[in-house]
Amino acid sequence: MSLLRAERRRLFKRRFTRLMLTLVVAILAIIAVSFTINSHQNGPAARAAAQDRATAAYEEQKRFYEQFVTECEAAKASGNANPDRFPPDCGKGTGPQPEMFPADWFMPYEFNFRKEFGYLIMVFAGLLALLAYVVGASFVGAEWNSGGMMNLLLWRPRRVPVLLAKLGTLLGGVLAIGVVLGALWTVAFWFIGKYDGNITRMTPGAWRSFAIDGARGVGLALAFAAIGFGLASLGRHTAMALGAAVGAVVVGEIGVRIALELMRVRMYERFVPSTYIFAWFNKKWTLYDYRACEFARGECQPKQLVITWQQSALVMGITLAAVLALAIWAMRRRDVT
Amino acid sequence: MAAVIEITGLRKTYRSLRRGPRRALDGFDMVVEAGQIHGFLGPNGSGKTTTLRTLLGLIRANDGRMTILGQAVPRALPAIAPQVGAIVESPQFFPHFSARDTLSLLADAGAVPRPRVDEVLELVGLRDRAKERVKTYSLGMKQRLAVASALLKQPKLLILDEPANGLDPGGIREMRDLMRSLVELGMTVVLSSHILGEVQQICDSVTIISLGRRVAAGPVTEVLAQHSSGSIRVRMESPGDLATAADLLQSNEVTVNVHPDHLLLGGVDRPAWVTRTLAEKGLYVSELVPVLADLEDVFLQLTGTAPVAGHHRQVDQSVHVEVSG
Repeated sequence: MSLLRAERRRLFKRRFTRLMLTLVVAILAIIAVSFTINSHQNGPAARAAAQDRATAAYEEQKRFYEQFVTECEAAKASGNANPDRFPPDCGKGTGPQPEMFPADWFMPYEFNFRKEFGYLIMVFAGLLALLAYVVGASFVGAEWNSGGMMNLLLWRPRRVPVLLAKLGTLLGGVLAIGVVLGALWTVAFWFIGKYDGNITRMTPGAWRSFAIDGARGVGLALAFAAIGFGLASLGRHTAMALGAAVGAVVVGEIGVRIALELMRVRMYERFVPSTYIFAWFNKKWTLYDYRACEFARGECQPKQLVITWQQSALVMGITLAAVLALAIWAMRRRDVT
Repeated sequence: MAAVIEITGLRKTYRSLRRGPRRALDGFDMVVEAGQIHGFLGPNGSGKTTTLRTLLGLIRANDGRMTILGQAVPRALPAIAPQVGAIVESPQFFPHFSARDTLSLLADAGAVPRPRVDEVLELVGLRDRAKERVKTYSLGMKQRLAVASALLKQPKLLILDEPANGLDPGGIREMRDLMRSLVELGMTVVLSSHILGEVQQICDSVTIISLGRRVAAGPVTEVLAQHSSGSIRVRMESPGDLATAADLLQSNEVTVNVHPDHLLLGGVDRPAWVTRTLAEKGLYVSELVPVLADLEDVFLQLTGTAPVAGHHRQVDQSVHVEVSG
């Protein structure tokens, strides 16, 4: 317990942790404030004003149309009608109609909690996962690099329990940050919806769906934290994890796409890591094989491959287990020089 | 006296795909008795740090047996760690933490009461700078902090690797006094150092390592005596008598080296014979002292690391010794 307490203090005392946390909170705050500024609650007055603007737009378009018809008929009468500019019937019967200008188009932006908060949970989870990855990598990488790990092992000469205590502390910290920031994120947008947007149709089912999305986001952040921690521990340097992340993006996302596209591999996205992250968030992710279609013959229903969140969990779980197993093995076997 | 550290036949080979295997310890033995300050000496790359790291469980030995406080390590390390304080090589700390934070985190990890942090800060002279970040510290201050971290758990055995490195003369003397007082309190100190004068002054016993093997061990006085030449330095009341005295002694089958202001005699069993023989011929001695080797001489002799004019010795160029028994 004393080791866990010391590690918890160390985690939150570290300047990098505080800096990254401040940065993420600042980004989240900027997003929330921008929604507050841009969202406006639409009452009867706003709707009436939008209707007026819609009517004005219709009138303007109608005027343009009538002017066009007049010019067309005049050109035809003079025998100088340019067929590229004027259609044969001068566009009669295709004039603008009032229903083509719905008032909704002219309403100011109104944040809809029910419709939009799901995407905002994804944004939150993405930032939290990024924070978790770099803090996780730095938490153990900087310890190795600065000699702190060696000092600690002189005090607690049990290598694997020390590593697991650090990992446990990190995961606990990420979970706590995720829960607290997630709650604040939800409350912030609830208030934005309540005072600057709308919070209608929030059924218990909708709340449950948001809670599941939030849990998925925090789960993803925990997995990222553990992978960053494991890679940095394996390389005994923060840069190992950061390098691996850059490598994953460059090779996994760009290189693999280009290479498999050139090799004409069908539905190559199943080999790209981000596909599994999308599937994790969206419960499923469908890949389409448009290569199988011959559009010249008409409409085509391409072959599909559905990646489910369970498959995604399996892939991420295997990756996580492999990285942590290697990190623990290296901790047990390698000399501390 | 009970042995606090016993090392027998310790072997360690570092393996590298690029550079191949490198034998760091080659059947090394060491014994440290309780209640002593024990000097651990060796040239760069001789295996000192590898020995200490292996003893402390940071490196796996390929072979050999080690005990600390009577318990086999590394197996018993978790049990005896609270009784062993150590700094290994140059002190390294997280640069953005203050000295107090650094020590209080270690105290938390080792379940040491927090008031002990202030005690050790006072002890090593960092009390007034305890709130400053370690990155602002000089090497000497970091060294003091390292010693403080090793003392934090009030160990029975204190292992210090180059503790005087970076300390100013006052700091070196303070460190020496501190070690003496710790030994008086019943602690055993193992001190790895390159400052041989300091080791000779402070240590009760020494172990000298070269190329991963022990080349000398025992009480400092014994080690010095074993490696002293047995020669005698003689100064005459009148420097003009040096040549006459040299001739007289050589005629009595004494080996004499004539120096501008003194004679160096070898093969003399009884120094009193020299004064009597010279006095009988009216030659009077103003100084007659046995020439004792100092630790530096012994170290350079045993490790084969004495500088040679025009030759640039490389790290790892030391002498091989045959280990008997």
